[in-house]
Amino acid sequence: MSIRTRWQIQVVAETERSELYRTWSDGGGLFGWLSVTTHQAIGMRYIVTAFIFLLLGGVEALAMRLQLARPENGLLGPDRYNQIFTMHGTTMMFLFAVPVMEGMGVYLVPLMLGTRNVAFPRLNAFGYWMYLFGGLLLYISAFTGTAPAAGWFSYTPLSGPQYSPGKGVDVWAQMITFTEISAMCVATELIVTIFKLRAPRMSLNRIPMFCWGMLVQSFMVIFAMPAVMLASTVLLLNDRTIGTHFVNPAEGGDPLLYQHIFWFFGHPEVYIIFIPALGMVSAIVEAHSRRGVFGYPAMVLSLVANGFIAFGLWVHHMFATGLPQVAEAYFTAASMMIGITSAVQIFCWIATLWTGRLRLTAAMHFVFGFLFIFVLGGLTGIMLASIPFDLQVHDTFFVVAHFHYVLIGGALFPLFGGFHHWFPKFTGRMISEKAGKAAFWILFAGFNLTFFPMHILGLKGMTRRIYTYPADLQWGADNLLATIGAFIIAIGGIVFIANVLWSRKHGARADNDPWNAGTLEWAAASPPEKFNFAHIPVVGGRYPLWTPSEQQGLVVGMRNDRREVLVTSAMDAEPHHRLVLPRSSIWPLLTAIGLAIGLVGSIFAFSWYYLAAALGMIGFIGWFWPHKPVEVRP
Amino acid sequence: MKPRMAASLALGLAAFCSGCAVSYQSSVDPAGTQAEQIAVLWWFFLALLGAIFVLVMAFAVWPLFHRHRGVNPEALEERHEPSRETERKLGRVVGWASGITVLILLALIVISVITGRATAGSEPPRDHLAIEVTGSQWWWSVRYVNDDASRILTTANEIHVPVGRTVLIRGLSHDVIHSFWIPNLQGKRDLIPSRVTTEWFQASRPGRYRGQCAEFCGLQHAKMALWVIAEPSDRYDAWMENQLKPAAAPSTPDTQAGQQVFLSHACVFCHTIRGTSAAGQAGPDLTHLASRLTIAAGTLANTKGNLAGWITDPQSIKPGNHMATVPLRSEDLQPLVDYLESLQ
Repeated sequence: MSIRTRWQIQVVAETERSELYRTWSDGGGLFGWLSVTTHQAIGMRYIVTAFIFLLLGGVEALAMRLQLARPENGLLGPDRYNQIFTMHGTTMMFLFAVPVMEGMGVYLVPLMLGTRNVAFPRLNAFGYWMYLFGGLLLYISAFTGTAPAAGWFSYTPLSGPQYSPGKGVDVWAQMITFTEISAMCVATELIVTIFKLRAPRMSLNRIPMFCWGMLVQSFMVIFAMPAVMLASTVLLLNDRTIGTHFVNPAEGGDPLLYQHIFWFFGHPEVYIIFIPALGMVSAIVEAHSRRGVFGYPAMVLSLVANGFIAFGLWVHHMFATGLPQVAEAYFTAASMMIGITSAVQIFCWIATLWTGRLRLTAAMHFVFGFLFIFVLGGLTGIMLASIPFDLQVHDTFFVVAHFHYVLIGGALFPLFGGFHHWFPKFTGRMISEKAGKAAFWILFAGFNLTFFPMHILGLKGMTRRIYTYPADLQWGADNLLATIGAFIIAIGGIVFIANVLWSRKHGARADNDPWNAGTLEWAAASPPEKFNFAHIPVVGGRYPLWTPSEQQGLVVGMRNDRREVLVTSAMDAEPHHRLVLPRSSIWPLLTAIGLAIGLVGSIFAFSWYYLAAALGMIGFIGWFWPHKPVEVRP
Repeated sequence: MKPRMAASLALGLAAFCSGCAVSYQSSVDPAGTQAEQIAVLWWFFLALLGAIFVLVMAFAVWPLFHRHRGVNPEALEERHEPSRETERKLGRVVGWASGITVLILLALIVISVITGRATAGSEPPRDHLAIEVTGSQWWWSVRYVNDDASRILTTANEIHVPVGRTVLIRGLSHDVIHSFWIPNLQGKRDLIPSRVTTEWFQASRPGRYRGQCAEFCGLQHAKMALWVIAEPSDRYDAWMENQLKPAAAPSTPDTQAGQQVFLSHACVFCHTIRGTSAAGQAGPDLTHLASRLTIAAGTLANTKGNLAGWITDPQSIKPGNHMATVPLRSEDLQPLVDYLESLQ
């Protein structure tokens, strides 16, 4: 028997519905496609684009694993190998992991909050185009022979003008500018959306965990991303293109300054990637153990604390640079503190699982895989926080193993779980559970086979970023295992993709809420209509779909003939006023193109920045050109 | 099943690390005081955190085998709200678990800091042996510092140290950032241009220990290795006395011809052979080349054949390295190699 009562968010007269459609539609044809400002479409573009970059990064990983499969292998030369590992790291961090989380956020947050779009739809479109152009810049130059080869971190002076001639590092640095602009756009609009566009009465303590994750992540983006733009654009790119000598020791600059600023971004970056994933884990656990997550306040506080602590431990990437002991001890303690907030969340999920009514779906498989891999990676992380031990394994395969455990375990497994969980919402069809579970087991086995031996390799002295190794060090067997594992991961990936493609066409039709989940995205149609909700809901609990309908309500009186959303107060979500969102527009794309021309040109000559500014300004004029308000009805 | 898998993985790891690994480039087969303490720390971490991992996994998979039952058996329904009592119990359990986590982490911080102090914290003892190591793309310059200028020794890619005496490494870099690391003896320390970094270690048993650059330094990062040879102090002293001598004058017509080849070609622009007019600074000092285990920074064993191959075509052995291919007449090669390999 169901104690859940559905309230009639989607029930509306046919005339009103068609009016809503007209108002919220982006327009047809190629022009309409390029003008899209709907958050679902843009979120899905982020996800699909990021997934393509995941495949590219995965192919690069396979190439590296083939090269390292046996000692003294001649498959890739040092130059090609260095380019490939640089591209792999850069792609996975900047073009896959962050954007895919942003895509999930852009798609899901407005649905979960019961609103109709993000707060700044055109900014959202602009952010996507910037991301796409940044990714294209990197890959087009790589395929035309200008790939960076100084690592995804581009330490100076190796990445400086003297030791990395050519345009590869410039392309790398400018690609970061693109993706960081994109990340800042998403962060800004999600923060405002989460604070101001929530459904009435969705007070702060009723926000779904995933939205909390995106909120914390967005704030982290706003504080961390300017640091990497400072490092890559201001310090490195200017050193390379106009000789500013910020971080070039040959001219009196300081290479450690670059490291500090890079890791002030670089460490939070990891949490930027996995904090949304923790939100996904909570969402999946809630829906599939059929109870609200245990210890919601503790979970939220842990996420927020994670966000703060993340900025206090960048130096643990620099223990080997020989900083003073007192500072190092502080950063050991800070690094271990992350263990506390992570442990609290793990315990809360386990408590939820213990008292829930488990449904062992494919999504849940990925959650259990996440627990296994992420906890293991977290424990090796605690080891790495210890300076003496870190000095032994820093820059070895032990660290490679560690961060793949936390990033693949902590972000990719939840993401795959999320794909299985929200697939019916995205497509209107169920994903094959059988194939999903098969993909899980293949990925899980392949992952551990690939990365577990790397711990041992690191302890046996195998350093990172080496294109070959002598046979007499006896690293061959573990490396071969890792290579075999990498191909098993690839098979798992193929099973997943095949499942998605098949289920999209042939999966069973999904109703609005196939999992009987509690959060608002499941009240929208599957797939959601462009306006998400025909009526903005008034929620009566943390899990509106699990809350008796007599405690909830609907907002009536919103106009259907213009893009209205409801602005509510930041704390208690009391309705304030109606906000009219702008129409779909081609200008975000044109602005992005203008900026892209200028930014790409600036790799070759500084003066192109002026062009970027000029074209950007022209774009913004079109973007903000006032329109007569739509007034249809008297 | 998962906890069992975890346990077997942990056991497998222990077997891997202690058993089949080669011993001359391994942090878990320590041969120095500092590395020994760090290895103890590692095994402690592995035991404690491994046990915690197994425990947490056991708790995580428990509900898979006891589905539909909470702390209190409660009825199965589509959606489920545990009783207040259950939630209170859970809160206590989670609270305790979190508290224990905090205590364990505090203890780990203390243990880690103590080990850190013991391995790198205080100043090295006064009678230490100071060695300056300068990283260059992609080889190591080694300079034994001494107050007596006549006893300053410059060599390359190989460090001899006496067992039982603390060695202070002063790290410098000539170009990009490198990292000095001999896993059997001590953790790593970056060599940063425009800075001086230090670390010290003490070998506790004689042996040959390999290390390689640990910070990505460009094209041939993979082939930038060095050897540390720890030996009893009498043998170390003998080695030092020999190294301080200038290169032996060639004694056979063949090696005399080889010396002429060396001195009349571009070799002298980069390499020093003390006792001759060759005084280049850009490449490794070759005064006692024949006494070393390897050539090209650990890339090749030091044999006549390898040396001949290296001189003839360094770019195919270590692509991108900064050694020029010096055009030699084919009849010059053999005397040159013979000469260099006579520099004991």
